[in-house]
Amino acid sequence: MNVLVYLIPISLLLGGGGLAAFFWTLRSEQYDDPDGNSQRILSDRWDDRPPEE
Amino acid sequence: MSVPLSACPACDAAPLAKAQAGKGVAGNGMEGKRIMLSLPHIYCAACIAGVEGNLAQQDGVRAARVNLTLKRATVDVDPDVEPETLANYLTGIGFEAYELDAGQLTSTATDKMGKDLLMRLGVAGFAMMNVMLLSVAVWSGATDATRDMFHWISAAIAIPTIGFSSQVFFKSAWTALRVGRLNMDVPISLAILLALGMSLYETAQSGEHAYFDAALSLTFFLLAGRYLDYRTRSVARSAAEELAALEVPRALRLTDAGDEQVSVAELAVGDIVRVVPGARVPVDGIVVTGESELDRSLLTGESLPVAAGPDTVVSTGEVNLTGPMTVRVTAAGRDSSLHRMADLVAIAETARNRYTSLADKAAKIYAPLVHILALGAFLAWLWISGGDVRLALNIAVAVLIITCPCALGLAVPAVTTAASGRLFKQGMLLKSATAMERLAEVDHVVFDKTGTLTQGKPVMDENAQHRTQDLEIALALAEGSSHPLALSLTQAARAKGIVPAEVSRVHEVPGKGIEGIWNGKTVRLGRAEWLGANAVGQTATYLSVSGARPVAFTFTDRLREAVNEAISGLKAQGMGITLISGDVPAAVADIAGRVGISDWKADTLPEGKAEYVARLGKSGKRVLMVGDGLNDTAALAAAHVSISPASALEAARVVSDIVLLGQSMGPLGEATLMAKSATRRIKENFAIAAGYNAIAIPIALLGLATPLAAALAMSLSSVTVSLNALRLKKG
Repeated sequence: MNVLVYLIPISLLLGGGGLAAFFWTLRSEQYDDPDGNSQRILSDRWDDRPPEE
Repeated sequence: MSVPLSACPACDAAPLAKAQAGKGVAGNGMEGKRIMLSLPHIYCAACIAGVEGNLAQQDGVRAARVNLTLKRATVDVDPDVEPETLANYLTGIGFEAYELDAGQLTSTATDKMGKDLLMRLGVAGFAMMNVMLLSVAVWSGATDATRDMFHWISAAIAIPTIGFSSQVFFKSAWTALRVGRLNMDVPISLAILLALGMSLYETAQSGEHAYFDAALSLTFFLLAGRYLDYRTRSVARSAAEELAALEVPRALRLTDAGDEQVSVAELAVGDIVRVVPGARVPVDGIVVTGESELDRSLLTGESLPVAAGPDTVVSTGEVNLTGPMTVRVTAAGRDSSLHRMADLVAIAETARNRYTSLADKAAKIYAPLVHILALGAFLAWLWISGGDVRLALNIAVAVLIITCPCALGLAVPAVTTAASGRLFKQGMLLKSATAMERLAEVDHVVFDKTGTLTQGKPVMDENAQHRTQDLEIALALAEGSSHPLALSLTQAARAKGIVPAEVSRVHEVPGKGIEGIWNGKTVRLGRAEWLGANAVGQTATYLSVSGARPVAFTFTDRLREAVNEAISGLKAQGMGITLISGDVPAAVADIAGRVGISDWKADTLPEGKAEYVARLGKSGKRVLMVGDGLNDTAALAAAHVSISPASALEAARVVSDIVLLGQSMGPLGEATLMAKSATRRIKENFAIAAGYNAIAIPIALLGLATPLAAALAMSLSSVTVSLNALRLKKG
């Protein structure tokens, strides 16, 4: 059962990573325009370089 | 730049946009401002690129971002840029755009709340999954030290999560308790807190059962319900706000320095405002100078324009048709007739606010029952076990958790989200939370005529007796005017391929008509009295070529799209239908005949309409009122549930529960059916929940429930009710 010492922290870390990613998507307003986002990938407007913030 | 013209202007604009991206983005140091534009018809990737690229290219524009979900563009600009210019520019290059009044849009504030809920939901989901993982290990046989360690880890995850995610319930429960009321959140909070406290105690005592997973999944499922509920409302609210924001209330005030554009709120009694042809009168007042005709249909339902001149009293909401006028303000803002009408509405509304939704009714029975059951279980087991507080408390907590109100917390919002989402796609916007349930009970429908059953736009009648030459002259005269009859005549003549005759010196005579010179003769198009013609008994304009007998062009108000389908659909459902209008009997009878309504009333005053609707309500009918005008607002508010088209005055839309977004009346028939099946689903979900509780509660009361059984039952019931709600989406 000693393997639990590694496995439990690993599972928590992985889950926490997912949660952090979710926070990031939420903070950077990625759920504001789902329809627009699905269309924007079809545009080649920023293919060469990302827009300047 | 050259303006690309094609069926999809956006497609042409897209490559351009790529080349020009970045230009104009940088600010110039000045304090900027933010403009919102509504773009009702954008739908594709190329549209987004076209709008953003072309806007960025305009002078003074710093940044532009399109939101396709909201069909809206947010533009950061220099302070001297007028929203109107940008809207007109976009409309000019093929993207229909309207200015939005940013003050009316509170979506940023509501958005924050949605994000907050979503964040709490995410944290609860993360914690629930991890704790569930550990719990499965315990259930599958972990014992002694391993079990205790798993319980402690679970506790370490659960406590901060509950502290963060469940705040929503605690706050709402506390607000209710402080004023001595019980709401749904009281048993929820109690179940969560007791489960948490009990599990902590058990863990410290190396006990066998801990309910950390139950407390967390309860939080997660209920938060999911809360979020769905919030989403439905915020979609409805933002669409309703957008409708309101489209009407930017502005007026042209005359000052010594010339005309200035001010917001209506700034006007004071005694100010003089200019009302140009085609504009809505922004205030109540008296005409000082100018002759014109007024369209009063939104206020009174009359379909014929009324003449106006100096000393005519005008009211907010009337539309100036022919000549420019100046109006002295006698009442503005809160005192205007628009707002006085609101008083009538306020009285009627209080009656409606008393409507309790199904969820509220269920909560009223549920909340006390759960508390009594849990307390009863605690006392009974205390007595049976001879004072074993730990055992008795364990069972009481199990009862509280097992009776989890998932059906109430998740199933009602799941059904309303599915149903209102479908109605929204068909072009109906539900503004009120209980509108769906009230719509399901309707058995009588009352329609308004002008602007509701009809489009409020006259269409010229085909008449074989019209000579081509007359039409050519009429077209030449009508072309320059913004009078609705002239516009309609122009459209009809163009459609027939008529080419305008050569008429010189065309000018509008305010309040009378249009005059010009054709082949050396004076030609006139306008009112019967002006030309000395015999008026025919319907909406008409007359053409006279000097010497000849005047020719009449008659017009009929065209029916709104799919009105017949909607009415036959409602009739098929066995509903009574009445048509009430403030218009003259002949016009009402004509429309009633065309749509197949046998029960109609004409010449009805606003109070009369409201009274009629109220009387129907008293006689036990559930009335659905459909109307658009100011004269309908009181009736709309008095009805059990009310619908107004998007073209209605804001006052009418505000009191309506449902707004028809499109031009078509078609969704109406289906909407009542939809509401009925949605209400049926909600009731089914209650039945599912009750059935599951009927089995689970005795088990919990007998002290046989384990955390595994509670987790299984909770998940199963939640999934069942959600799936049942999803059946609505299909049909």
